[in-house]
Amino acid sequence: MSAREMLFYADAIVAVMTAAMVILHRNPVVCALSLVLHLCSMAVFFLLLDASFLFAVQIILYAGAIMVLFLFVVMLLDPGGEGVAGRIGKVQLGATLAAAVLLLAGVARLLPGLAGAGAPEGAVLPPGFGQAGDLGRELFTDYLLPFEIASILLLVAMIGALYMGRKETS
Amino acid sequence: MTDSTTMVSWGSWALAALVKIGVVLAVLMTVVGNIVLVERKVAGWIQDRVGPNRAGPWGLLQPLADGIKFIFKESITPERAYRPLYLIAPALSLTTALTTFAVIPFADRFVVLGAEVAPLIADLDVGLLWIFAVASLGVYGVVLAGWASSNKYSVLGGLRSSAQMISYELAMSLSVVGVIMAAGSLRLADIVGAQSATVWNVVSQPIGFLVFLTSAFAETNRLPFDLPEAEPELVAGYHTEYSGMRFLMFYMAEYANVVLSSSLMVLLFFGGWHLPFIEGMLPSAPPGVAGLAQLGIFSLKLSFFLFLFIWVRWTLPRFRYDQLMNLGWKVMLPLALANAAWTAAIILWGWI
Repeated sequence: MSAREMLFYADAIVAVMTAAMVILHRNPVVCALSLVLHLCSMAVFFLLLDASFLFAVQIILYAGAIMVLFLFVVMLLDPGGEGVAGRIGKVQLGATLAAAVLLLAGVARLLPGLAGAGAPEGAVLPPGFGQAGDLGRELFTDYLLPFEIASILLLVAMIGALYMGRKETS
Repeated sequence: MTDSTTMVSWGSWALAALVKIGVVLAVLMTVVGNIVLVERKVAGWIQDRVGPNRAGPWGLLQPLADGIKFIFKESITPERAYRPLYLIAPALSLTTALTTFAVIPFADRFVVLGAEVAPLIADLDVGLLWIFAVASLGVYGVVLAGWASSNKYSVLGGLRSSAQMISYELAMSLSVVGVIMAAGSLRLADIVGAQSATVWNVVSQPIGFLVFLTSAFAETNRLPFDLPEAEPELVAGYHTEYSGMRFLMFYMAEYANVVLSSSLMVLLFFGGWHLPFIEGMLPSAPPGVAGLAQLGIFSLKLSFFLFLFIWVRWTLPRFRYDQLMNLGWKVMLPLALANAAWTAAIILWGWI
């Protein structure tokens, strides 16, 4: 088993365990922090696929900025230490069933095609693969329209947030 | 992942990495320990008094005395603190502060005794982004310390500090966009190389440098941006409830961040290990000597910036929190964007 495979399995275990902790732990702050860890393990998956720019940007933006703001909200609102773990109601059972069905469907769809899929170990990637230069070029040429639409989406969200947070001047 | 594993076997690669990590850690911890003394001495001179001079000639043993004091101090844990996070927070702060040094190059690659030595621990292709990534994880140390202490002043200090840090992180990253454009690469060694070939980035992008300087002060919570730690307002902010070794970890993390910001300023804006007139002499010198000379130049520039951090701290008064956030969002961010536009213009015009 190569180093890359070992790292993949270790990372997969971390990813699954932290994802489980997000929904199962009592303390909301610990849940938010395990989501941060989970996002970092996602970033390591990107790194294992040689997308080093995405690895760094995932940590900078998602784990380092967006989740900090999540944590602010959790800490300021202080929902207390009572979580949903332990209360198995109808909603929880239904959601778990739906998630299990989706997971099985996804695995059944993907499994036949997985045999021999992907580049063989040691495949030579073009130089600069996964770097900022390649990504930037694609974003500004082939994917310019989705990029601009996403920017407008963010602008709309910002304007909405500013409007909702304005001081009422009577 | 790009590294040199294809060139050497696993064992020697691991050994070289461990040796480099050991050296960098040892030097860094020494610098962090002594910068405390330098700070107190310089503070004393600015305030027209002598700093510590009891613990040894010129107070040189003061860091040792402080270290011993911290080790023997009792680490008191507040009763209602959330223990797991309370204990993790200082470790997180210190770990992230130290991990950023993995990509800082101290000199150019050189060949000695037939082997190529790269004076940095990990030559990542996205080196600069690694620093920002790990630094943004460092915010968690602060915010968790504030929350887990179960103390109103700490929570306020932690929230203020982390809000300040993420605001100025944005301005910092944008001010560096100009540097990345000028160098065409995210590797720190490439950025220094690009400055050697043209001009230092402080000359071609002065506004970018000023934004970076200000953001670095805000990121490290140093005066004039140290409201989160201000005694009159918040006792000691997010590290109020920490004593002994745990406080020492926060303290060391803060100074490690100062050293990191100074190193970044040297590398990104002041040409790293490059001096204009030295470059001609270096290829003819024996290989180790060139590396050492570059290391010396880097250290000298680094010392100047460390002195600058201390100088500004004891000269300027503190910003009020709303002034601070105003500055970060309404002044630094537009200036950083203007700097990016300016850099794009001068690249197109062919000036750099």
